[in-house]
Amino acid sequence: MRHSARIQVGPVRFRIGSDWRAPIAAIEALYVDYPRDDARPADATVHLFAARPWRRWLRPSVHIGGDFVVPDALPLPLAMGLLAAEMGMNLQVALGWRRHLLLHASAVARDGRAVILSGESGSGKSTLAALLGEGDWRLMGDEFTLIDPASGDALAFPRAVSLKNEAIAEMTARVDAARLGPLLAGTPKGDIRHLVPRADAIAAMHVPARPALILFPRFGGEAAIEPMGEGEAFVRLTEASTNYTALGEAGFAALARLVRGTPAFGISYPDSATGMALVERLWGETAR
Amino acid sequence: MPDRVYRAAPADALRVEALGDLTAIFDRRSMQTHLVIAPMPEILAAMGGDACGADAIAARLAGEFDLDGEGDVAAIVADRLAELAAMGLVAEA
Repeated sequence: MRHSARIQVGPVRFRIGSDWRAPIAAIEALYVDYPRDDARPADATVHLFAARPWRRWLRPSVHIGGDFVVPDALPLPLAMGLLAAEMGMNLQVALGWRRHLLLHASAVARDGRAVILSGESGSGKSTLAALLGEGDWRLMGDEFTLIDPASGDALAFPRAVSLKNEAIAEMTARVDAARLGPLLAGTPKGDIRHLVPRADAIAAMHVPARPALILFPRFGGEAAIEPMGEGEAFVRLTEASTNYTALGEAGFAALARLVRGTPAFGISYPDSATGMALVERLWGETAR
Repeated sequence: MPDRVYRAAPADALRVEALGDLTAIFDRRSMQTHLVIAPMPEILAAMGGDACGADAIAARLAGEFDLDGEGDVAAIVADRLAELAAMGLVAEA
């Protein structure tokens, strides 16, 4: 790799290499304020490489590689190198991380206690967490939340928030433009723009939080709150975990402990303001 | 049909966690998680270390729970035992 960068997000140290300077420069700009320790080896390596050497000159495109290779990863145009790097980082963590139970969930924290929001793409979990993270909450992550099997604590993974489509306008109206990456229009996932979390969230990225509330948001429909039993929350979170099976009994024990000790609810909401109000209401009523 | 005889998994093979209405069972031998509802956990608990059939388990359950009006308990237990065997949580002795 001709160009490379070292970044750290939560407990994960990445090395990102590329045949081109542009994606590396974009990554370095987004993660310039993140604490890092270059003396320690990287946990995950992401390679953005050309499919054929000459394609670097003829018609540049980026393929995603790394410790794990996903055969059907889309070749992305060079302009999407930043998205390719983000997808590569996600893949390395989702497939390779073994130290914690990895939940595909966003999370925010207040007073050392965390609200975990788990849902499919389009559930609004990322946007809700990003919006809460601009208020009285610490953004722990918009994509992954890690559960420590030893302590049961939630650990942050506050990568640059990946704003998509309508969420871009909603967030850009609220934040300093200096925290926004370039607009990546027309990607396979729609329009994307990255938002650097607030400085306090980055500074606290190594501070764990005790899970206090598990929410399963669903964007659309009337505002509703539905209490969820431990068993259903367990099943849903096994589906939301990328490494539950790989962790074996440690993952089983961590998840059983999490759902037993943390109240869980499904929430439906027609707009972000209502979603945020539901989170605050449940926090006030149940989080202890 | 003769009463089939089953043996429970070794005591250290399963990790059982009650989660409200569901019970999660982790099988250390297969590394699989099984999610079951009543009366599966109760049947497993009633088996102990002996090889036993549905009649014996039904009798033990009747001693612990009020099963009046539950129908042919031994037949229900026999069906559930066959399902537990299919999951690998018990084995035919």
